[in-house]
Amino acid sequence: MIAELGLAALWLAAALAGLQTIAGFLSVRAGTTTELGGLIRPAAVVQGVFAGLSFCALLYVFAITDLSVKLVASHSHALKPMVFKLSGAWGNHEGSMLLWVTVMALAGALIAVVERRLPDRTMQAVLAAQGFVALGFYAFLLLSSNPFERLPIPAAEGMGLNPLLQDIGLAFHPPTLYFGYVGLSIAFSFAVGALITREVTPAFARAMRPWVLGAWVFLTVGITAGSYWAYYELGWGGWWFWDPVENASLMPWLAATALLHSVSVLAARDALRVWTIMLGVVAFSMSMLGTFLVRSGILTSVHSFAVDPERGTFILLLLALYIGGALLLFALRASTISEGKRFAIASREGALVVNNVMLSAILAIVLLGTLYPLLTEAFDIRVSVGPPYFNPVGAIFVIPMLLVMAVGPLLRWREDRFARISREMIVLGAILVVALVLIAVLGDVALLPLLGLAVAAMLTVASFLPLRGRKLTRVPIATWGMVVAHFGIAVALFGMASESAFTKERLAALAPGDTTQVGQWAVTLDAIVPVAGPNWTAIEGQLSARIGDGEPISMRPQSRTFWAPPQVTAESVLATRWNGQLYAVMGESAGDGRWQVRLWWKPFVTLIWYGGLLVALGGVLAIIGRVRDDLKNRSVLRRAAERREDMRPEDMRPEDMGSEDMAYEDMRSEDMRPEESAL
Amino acid sequence: MSGWRLWVPLLMFAGFFGVAGYQLSQPKNEFIESRMVGRELPYFDLRPATTDLPGIASAQFGDGQPRLLNIWASWCVPCIAEAPYLEQLQEQGAPIVGIAIRDRPEDVARFLERHGNPYVAVGADDLSEVQFAIGSSGVPETFVIDGQGRITHQHIGDIRETDVPVLLEKLREAGA
Amino acid sequence: MTALRPFSAAALRQALMALMALLMLSLGAPLLAQQSLPPAPYANRQLDDPAQEAIAHELMATLRCLECQSQAINDSDSPMAGDMRHQVRISVASGEHPEAIRAWLMERYGDYVSYTPQVSATTWPLFVVPLLILLVAGAIFWRRFARRA
Repeated sequence: MIAELGLAALWLAAALAGLQTIAGFLSVRAGTTTELGGLIRPAAVVQGVFAGLSFCALLYVFAITDLSVKLVASHSHALKPMVFKLSGAWGNHEGSMLLWVTVMALAGALIAVVERRLPDRTMQAVLAAQGFVALGFYAFLLLSSNPFERLPIPAAEGMGLNPLLQDIGLAFHPPTLYFGYVGLSIAFSFAVGALITREVTPAFARAMRPWVLGAWVFLTVGITAGSYWAYYELGWGGWWFWDPVENASLMPWLAATALLHSVSVLAARDALRVWTIMLGVVAFSMSMLGTFLVRSGILTSVHSFAVDPERGTFILLLLALYIGGALLLFALRASTISEGKRFAIASREGALVVNNVMLSAILAIVLLGTLYPLLTEAFDIRVSVGPPYFNPVGAIFVIPMLLVMAVGPLLRWREDRFARISREMIVLGAILVVALVLIAVLGDVALLPLLGLAVAAMLTVASFLPLRGRKLTRVPIATWGMVVAHFGIAVALFGMASESAFTKERLAALAPGDTTQVGQWAVTLDAIVPVAGPNWTAIEGQLSARIGDGEPISMRPQSRTFWAPPQVTAESVLATRWNGQLYAVMGESAGDGRWQVRLWWKPFVTLIWYGGLLVALGGVLAIIGRVRDDLKNRSVLRRAAERREDMRPEDMRPEDMGSEDMAYEDMRSEDMRPEESAL
Repeated sequence: MSGWRLWVPLLMFAGFFGVAGYQLSQPKNEFIESRMVGRELPYFDLRPATTDLPGIASAQFGDGQPRLLNIWASWCVPCIAEAPYLEQLQEQGAPIVGIAIRDRPEDVARFLERHGNPYVAVGADDLSEVQFAIGSSGVPETFVIDGQGRITHQHIGDIRETDVPVLLEKLREAGA
Repeated sequence: MTALRPFSAAALRQALMALMALLMLSLGAPLLAQQSLPPAPYANRQLDDPAQEAIAHELMATLRCLECQSQAINDSDSPMAGDMRHQVRISVASGEHPEAIRAWLMERYGDYVSYTPQVSATTWPLFVVPLLILLVAGAIFWRRFARRA
């Protein structure tokens, strides 16, 4: 019964998405306020409610393990812990698509309720586009991936006890990425809406920005968590493999990062209009492309997902409809949108343009490297493109981009002179050169890690320079966001370069009592013991590791054998120290009473993920700052207007000239209308 | 921005759509074909994989007689599936030489006892060295070796009923 | 499953586990469980000379495991990857140049086995396109900034 209600809610939501699309389309075409136009926002809200209900119904059938529902029978099990029963609801193709479309519908409802900054007609176009995108996903669900399908005869027991999937990281990692993808779909709807009405304005950029920022934060967290998960789960010490599935999540992030910066230029300076629209379309294309690559199984990946060529066909058709459609619209319309304000290269916008072009170039490289094997396979040639390609070719674009990132935030908007920040540039250049020389002289480090370490050192300083000479309490939160995010990039880069340059590896066959050395650590295999878990047995190696005469730390990696389905996995153990991680894995028996043990000492490897989290934190701060500004603008209009007057002279303070930032610029150029919304 | 450049993204997308659509319509080819087909069999000299049969060396090929070289292992499940068809091939006159990958003699003997023995000789390749040398990427695979000791054909995966006449034909061609 | 609940869960688990062990022995589990030989000597053992090991390691990180899904041989538990690591280490130890080892494998498996694309008739776009991107990026900067400067 609940399942049927869920299905009915899904159909209703789809119908409302249809209504939203048609009403939006007709009223945009009519060009005047019609009765139909009044239906759009309510339709979006109710659509969100029904989609939410539908997803709750799915959670419910999973919670009670209703084995007459096919999806439950094939992916769940009565004996699973409740949290994995619930996460099992989206741990499969159908459920994850329902989660996706639900979040999309809720996001649509949210913009329908709160977004009041844009002209009515643009808003109608945005919601029509949003409904149209959602409609495709509803069709996908209802026509080919019905999550509520019943079995003719209820199953006796569920089949989904796969222990490998009972992992808290795996349960929450994919939804994080979906939230990012959905955020980009909203940005896409905004872009399409603005393209239809040709209203590409700073107000449009401000309406779109929180969605881009939000999506970007989720993607950042998702990629960071995914990388850490692969690092400890795959058991060979690698944290990024340039695998197609990883690239599929990286590409939307790259596009979102570019979009994030260009939307800020548009919001602050009314420039880069066409470019921002283009990136809005590209960012969502990359999410859909990623979904397509992952679900269709068209590329071989180590993180294989439930693949199905038929679903692949459906997603490809959706891709053609939305992306092809949007690009067609873009080709037809973009020439009628003016470029916006011009600016000099020595300006904040100039630096951001370099950033955008470089990010797009990196995106193009990743896209090329990921899709190239697909292209050659069409000619029956199989090639592999891996880290030895992506790392150096990517670096050609990453390193200049990071150099520009160091100085860009120091430049003023519109027009500036490099001579004005010559002191800062000399300091940063000196740090870079000294670091390069020092590291090259002291250590035997390969070129890329060497550059990475030096650039990271320089960026660490550079990321805080925008704060120099300012009262820290008066720095807008959004500026803190930028500082923290840029610092996070430096931290992550340092971790990556350090891991690549200084990792020590020790593969050893040890008998109990034997000791081996990895880096500074002496690791002793004390004993080998069998261990039994709820659905596995394991060989556990009891290791103790110490530096010199220091206190030993105990590490207990296991080689686990699961029985349903039969599978052998290595449970690695990580011992985290302030300056790195000791990584231990149990291998097989060497056959002579000794056991294979794999050990790594990875200096500062954790900074990779701390850096990622800092980047995400920067994004969160930026959102808080923007939303707070918007709220302030709305509630205390008058005072805001006064403050605006006050701020003009303040902006001109000589000591503050160089550190003038987007938030200030925003407030200055924002036309604060009473209906200014929270987002 | 001028007109034609705005169409570039759409064109690129159309290109991607074409390739992806084409690839989706094709059966996914997971096979990694050996580049050694058409070339001389690489040198090897393998000890017997089981006590009942002789081992095999590359020098034994090239005596004018074409043979099938079957790469297999007792631990490989598809090898069980192809066993009856190997026997068919053998019954129809194909001389079959086996190379057992990473296998113990007792396991090989048990497999042959249980699933039949179509081989005239089975060599043991404990470190997959020969497998790498002839460009095989898994088990089972079957190569056709002509009378001059050249590799003329590679069959990837287990031999099905329909593959039997194909392999016989390839073997006949190799003998000509 | 529910019908079995009155029995002690531990006993049930043990019984199932024994059954599973039997199954694995007789049928051969899909992954690693089936192989009877221990890994090749140098599959999981480093070369004694750290310089040679470093060379081997760098090469292994760029060779693709042939029976895995998109993994380099030094990231893989597959026995075949282990044998290939053995082969690489032995060859490096015997003084062979790493690129000669790569060439030897590519002679057998084509471009697929190497994660480092070599410039060839099949892979040239991988190198030409980045150059084009560089040119386009340069052109964008030129158009945007240089003309008015």
